[in-house]
Amino acid sequence: MEAGKHNANQLVTEEEERAIAEKLPAIFREFSQERTNLLPILQRIQETFKFLSPGAMRAVANYIGISTSEVYGVATFYNQFRFHPPGRHEIKVCMGTACHVKGGDIILENFERKLGIKEGETTPDREYSIERVACVGCCALAPVAVVDDKVIGYMQPSKVEGLFLQFEIQRKIREGQIKAEAS
Amino acid sequence: MVKITVDDRELEVEEHLTVLEACIQNGIFIPNLCFLKTRHHPHASCRLCFVSIEGYDRPVTSCTERVRDGMVVKTNTPEVRALQKSAFKLLMSLHPCHPKICPTEKPCLLMRIAKHIGVGLNPKPLEHIDRGLPDLVDFGPLYYVPNRCVLCAKCIHTCRTINQMPLLTFAKRGIMTMVAYFDGEQNTSICANCNACVDVCPVAALLPKSAFTSSVESRKA
Ligand code: SF4
Ligand code: SF4
Ligand code: FES
Ligand code: FES
Repeated sequence: MEAGKHNANQLVTEEEERAIAEKLPAIFREFSQERTNLLPILQRIQETFKFLSPGAMRAVANYIGISTSEVYGVATFYNQFRFHPPGRHEIKVCMGTACHVKGGDIILENFERKLGIKEGETTPDREYSIERVACVGCCALAPVAVVDDKVIGYMQPSKVEGLFLQFEIQRKIREGQIKAEAS
Repeated sequence: MVKITVDDRELEVEEHLTVLEACIQNGIFIPNLCFLKTRHHPHASCRLCFVSIEGYDRPVTSCTERVRDGMVVKTNTPEVRALQKSAFKLLMSLHPCHPKICPTEKPCLLMRIAKHIGVGLNPKPLEHIDRGLPDLVDFGPLYYVPNRCVLCAKCIHTCRTINQMPLLTFAKRGIMTMVAYFDGEQNTSICANCNACVDVCPVAALLPKSAFTSSVESRKA
């Protein structure tokens, strides 16, 4: 998340916001319009859409009758909320104790630098998103990353490179196919 | 009215006041950053306003303490200064001072506090912590300078007092805490003629865009 001002706006299209907005009333119906429901509502929204869009936060603010800033302030306090839509490839880097000791932060930095985004963010082309997570339960393999739900143990910078190589080849094939179909 | 003694001076002050207010009204400076008269519950986050009060076993923050008849207050004991210095150093480890580009009127409040408690503006022996925050954040009608912000929350409280629906908020937590701006549907144009947050900020961490662009332009000219 770009510090301070919410800037997922460029990533989320109006169409997506509209699709989200259509589904919100059903979620709201489960909760009364009370302030104490703020967190549960945000959790349900994140569960459903995997992130909190600016439009969704505005709608929640309206529903509970508090300012959007307050919703945003509360949401950013907790690590569990994301403000960017997930990328095609979701990269989760473990920051649990064991992984931390084994240099998990270096792995995270590797991903961040490679992609030019910070944890919690998504690349502008929506290919990749990075997240930090707490212990994923296989500390013996530390440091661990979970990429598209596959656990990768003993992470190293060279493995980061290898992953991207593989993804980029996949992408070329994919785009080649698209071109082939279009022509 | 009650009588209190501050640094051997006898004062007669209104009884609902905090020690901090009573002292400031009588021209006795106590370092403070987060105190705001309009706030019912003092934020008490800057930890700079410590005083010693007779009968207390340790210094207390003067913004949270109400005056009582016969109270004997000292604003400059070694214990008080030690606490103030630590708080100030911690603050300066997140606040690199660049007086030439900082638009505050000099000496700024931090400079006055530093002088008052007898320390420099650097964080030494603490290190400066780079939180990796941007130099300038676009807040719509305002600019925000995260590395100057001392997180006193005066802007947020002031905005809330005026608007009920504050446009400013603290985002994130711990060392990454910063002020954020989020316009909702209800309140997009309120800021244009307000600037209350800009006025209340002690360190010029909030700047009206208009003033900013004109000063940039005049520098170019
Ligand atoms: S507000 Fe901070 S940056 Fe500005 S002059 Fe004062 S100490 Fe320096
Ligand atoms: S922007 Fe200014 S008033 Fe607001 S919290 Fe930061 S230092 Fe305090
Ligand atoms: S700490 Fe990373 S898997 Fe346990
Ligand atoms: S003024 Fe008392 S703690 Fe800040």
